[in-house]
Amino acid sequence: MLKYSSVSELVESASNSKKTISQCVLEDQAEQMERSLEDLYEEMRSTFYTMKESVASGLKYVGKSASGLSGGDAARLSLAMQAGKNIGGNVLTGVLIKALAVSEYNACMGKIAAAPTAGSCGILPSVLITMMEERAIPERKIIMSLFTAGAIGMVIAKRACISGAQGGCQAECGSAAAMAAAALVEVLEGTPLMSANASAITMKAVLGLVCDPVAGLVEVPCIKRNAIGAANALAAAEMALAGIESVIPVDDVIEAMKSVGNVMPSSLKETAKGGLADTRTGRSLADRIYGRN
Amino acid sequence: MNIFDIIGPVMIGPSSSHTAGAVRIGKVTRRLLDEEVVKAVIQLHGSFADTYKGHGTDNALIGGLMGFSTDDERIRNSKELAKKAGMVYRIETISLQEAHPNTVVIEAEGRSGRKVVVLGASVGGGNIMIQKINGIHVEFDGQYYSLIVNHRDKPGVIAFVTGRVGQSQINIAGMRDYRSSRGGEAIMIIETDQEVDEKTVFDIKNNININNAIYIEKI
Repeated sequence: MLKYSSVSELVESASNSKKTISQCVLEDQAEQMERSLEDLYEEMRSTFYTMKESVASGLKYVGKSASGLSGGDAARLSLAMQAGKNIGGNVLTGVLIKALAVSEYNACMGKIAAAPTAGSCGILPSVLITMMEERAIPERKIIMSLFTAGAIGMVIAKRACISGAQGGCQAECGSAAAMAAAALVEVLEGTPLMSANASAITMKAVLGLVCDPVAGLVEVPCIKRNAIGAANALAAAEMALAGIESVIPVDDVIEAMKSVGNVMPSSLKETAKGGLADTRTGRSLADRIYGRN
Repeated sequence: MNIFDIIGPVMIGPSSSHTAGAVRIGKVTRRLLDEEVVKAVIQLHGSFADTYKGHGTDNALIGGLMGFSTDDERIRNSKELAKKAGMVYRIETISLQEAHPNTVVIEAEGRSGRKVVVLGASVGGGNIMIQKINGIHVEFDGQYYSLIVNHRDKPGVIAFVTGRVGQSQINIAGMRDYRSSRGGEAIMIIETDQEVDEKTVFDIKNNININNAIYIEKI
């Protein structure tokens, strides 16, 4: 467990001790898990390498998923960027490509690091690895920022939830994006409070987002929601780094996410009974995949 | 929950509950059988039954039965690998009463003819709950080092097992005992803080009222 039960406690502790959020979290987890700082850092490094490999493998992998619903979109966007036809620049388009690549690879039973879940595994790697490449940020800083991301995720898991089945997509891709935004701010030298604001701004943008996977599979719309989630994190970090604050603090936003999730009907929580899954196209795709007519 | 439950686990996709959890249930079954699986009947219920093809739940379960971990890239091809290894399997869909949506019943048989029937649920985030072993209701999630002891419901058996475990300086984190009927077959599940060594397991197995004792590492 994390000693800090809210993001504000975490920010306060980091600010008072003039440390980064990641340092505070690493120290706390080492104490809680009775392991050394180096040991935890090494485990995180190995997880980060899995993330890197999942980006590389996802970019190489061109096949379709078993259902035939997904595959090839990262390659499409990558080609557009190579031809100079993208509108987002190297950072935004780079993030979109990697988020699609990892999520597509996940759909094809590729090896990934859940962050916080498999369904949202494209968001953190895409944001952090793009930033590492485009801004020449040292690897150590990127790996440390995963402790910040993880702490935001732990607070959300403790105070609300992180699975689509429990809270809808807002809880799953929303949490991943909020985690990525906080990590990104830290990587770019923002303050702990800026990280908290970035998480809040990210989460506010997806409040109410339902989990409605076509045929119950983690593909449509999940893969593209990973890309949009990563872009959301980027946009929120950009604002937070400029000193823009969230009027509603992040702990309140998490609270709101929980209560919105609670009133969300179960048809919109990963059961494939509502939303996009229950459209004419969604139903007919499901029938085709499962051989029903 | 610690930081690596959120940043991680490293796993084969696409779904922690439909893939990683399924691997774990298969793996527990393999460990409970305590020998190579040569025959398996896999019955899927609920969301497992509805979506197993798209999520690769079948490959995940069979991979687990072959002893693969959740991050083993062979999982993608485990049905093929199982056939090559001579495992015969059948996959069916069933409808159970009041079961978790991601439930599976696995009947596994080993080369010696030994059989085990396990009912398990994948309860989210890759976590599992084994709810029945050979028809006996249990609750077992594989998060600790565990000793599963199949014994006769007789006075002194529990004291013997816990005593032997204590002798090896192994601390018991939690334990439960479940029996089919008074004086009948019973299953003791002991969760420990330390690994359980072979000698301890061997000594426990040798008790006249104990049919079998199996040590399972954290799954």
